[in-house]
Amino acid sequence: MHVTLNPTETIQQLGTSVSVRDLDFSYGSSPALKDISVEIPAKGVTAFIGPSGCGKSTLLRCINRMNDEIPGTRITRGKIEIGGIDIYDSSVDVVKLRRDVGMVFQKSNPFPRSIYENAAYGLRLRGERNKTVIDEAVEKSLQAAALWDEVKDRLQESALGLSGGQQQRLCIARTIAVQPQVVLMDEPCSALDPIATVKVEELIWDLKHEYTFVIVTHNMQQAARVSDKTAFFYMGELIEFGDTSKIFSNPRVKQTEDYITGRFG
Amino acid sequence: MFDPKKLIRKGLPKGHFKDAAVRSLLAGVTYLVVIIAALLFGKIIVDGAPVLFKAEAPFVDFEFLTAKNETLHVFDDALGNRHQLPAAAYSAYLDKHPGEGIFNEQTFSYSGGGIAGPIVGTALLTIGSMILALFFGICAAIYLSEYAKQSPFIHAVRLAILNLAGIPSIVFGLFGFSVFVLAVPIITSTPADRSLLTFPLFFGNYFVSFQGWNSSLMAGCATLACMILPVIITASEESLRAVPQGFRDASLAMGATRWQTIRKCVLPFSLPGILTSSLLAITRVAGETAPIMFTAAVAAKDDLPWQGLKSPFDLLSSQVQALPYHIYTLAARIPSSEYTQRAQYGSVFVFLVLVAFLSAGSMILRSKLRAKLKW
Repeated sequence: MHVTLNPTETIQQLGTSVSVRDLDFSYGSSPALKDISVEIPAKGVTAFIGPSGCGKSTLLRCINRMNDEIPGTRITRGKIEIGGIDIYDSSVDVVKLRRDVGMVFQKSNPFPRSIYENAAYGLRLRGERNKTVIDEAVEKSLQAAALWDEVKDRLQESALGLSGGQQQRLCIARTIAVQPQVVLMDEPCSALDPIATVKVEELIWDLKHEYTFVIVTHNMQQAARVSDKTAFFYMGELIEFGDTSKIFSNPRVKQTEDYITGRFG
Repeated sequence: MFDPKKLIRKGLPKGHFKDAAVRSLLAGVTYLVVIIAALLFGKIIVDGAPVLFKAEAPFVDFEFLTAKNETLHVFDDALGNRHQLPAAAYSAYLDKHPGEGIFNEQTFSYSGGGIAGPIVGTALLTIGSMILALFFGICAAIYLSEYAKQSPFIHAVRLAILNLAGIPSIVFGLFGFSVFVLAVPIITSTPADRSLLTFPLFFGNYFVSFQGWNSSLMAGCATLACMILPVIITASEESLRAVPQGFRDASLAMGATRWQTIRKCVLPFSLPGILTSSLLAITRVAGETAPIMFTAAVAAKDDLPWQGLKSPFDLLSSQVQALPYHIYTLAARIPSSEYTQRAQYGSVFVFLVLVAFLSAGSMILRSKLRAKLKW
């Protein structure tokens, strides 16, 4: 039986979208995450920062169960709830979960099809056949991703003809075309030049009132610029979590301060 | 102290002669192989081309390609003229000239007429076995590369498939003979005496009888398919793996099921690669003699495969002629003479041209698709 994830009401009541409770996670026998508890608020941007290998991407991939695809990984303790539903419960359909929890990857990965088909992919997966509905959703998502003006005359051309920044914005458009509850972003700007990065950040800024963003980033300035909340990870543990302004101006923990001032990492 | 003059080489460099000897030895071996191959192909082309091509328009002797294979009769008539006539024309000649003497008659089996039967038979065998092999091969490749967990067992399965590719084709022929010709089940109303196991069905007067398909087109197709399955599976798996993981991740993260992901984001982009590698397998299927010797091929057949059929099923259960087997028959079963050379060289030449076209086609297709699919 599939439990529908319909957390809109719950979010308004609790103010929480994704809640991670006492999570332990391991790759094979080596633990990757230890005792993580984070309450990610609904609407807005939460940034995960930390040095390489600290587990921030792993946690991100746990939220839409993409780690299920990697053999040998498992959650050894704790749970992740979205809208009050344990997403690792056996009654949750992982396919439907991912429809509500979209993901943008580090390396832009548009399909080698037309721009239009890329943006329409999610709708087609849901069995949408009405062309007007798809047309509208494609236009709306490309506009939301600030890509519409650049590509509206060549929707039928291959997405691989776009620049790196445009491809990444197309991937964001593809993800938000189906209006997920949560959008996970795994270092979305790490392969982009500064101008393309600014565009993606502006787009996150514009969309954060409609979606819950969780963004993993190596770039601390980026975390400071776009996020409302920041979580600092180190060696698989959550060191500090709080309002971004507070984390960057007045961190509680010495390690956080050392990291954001560039003393290590 | 640095002395720039020492940099200037005087005389031959050290090891020059050894280097030159190795170089000329390697070059000699390479060109020897090329020369031998060129001589071989040259001989076939010189002797075979005149059979297929003519001096006057339309320059191609279509009769050789479209006529049935017949026995060649060579004889002198009363005036001392030499005649070379295939069986049908020979009977017509006898009817036309009754009572005239025929002298020095010789007959050469399989050497008259054309090679339509073998060409058509090879085409049917190739198409049938490719359909079977592609279906089973792509299914297995999808399972191995997309679904199966990377366990020691799957590793062993993959290794076994690779090893299967190295089995000699005659072994596949004998396997096909013992399994497809003699043992696989059929539904029939009259089970044969040699049936391994027979049990009745609940409707009609039919039995399931494990008596094999006899020597037939479908037994040959199944045997050839078994032979190239490892090639197809390995090639398909490689093409599937060549599709970037990012496409799968993106599709799965969009809420696609695994099969939707494979159908929309993996297969379409790997199919060109699968098909071009399979074209290379086609040349192998078309060229093998051993697997079809016991399972499908027949040396002489009066009708083309689709002539005189009661039902389409008869096509599958009838024997066919095949080009490689025909060449084998011409070369091994009949004495070589000036009258048989036309058939012998002609068949080999046509066969070479067919294989060359298939290979060239697959290479061109591959380079075109490679250029098109970039990510």
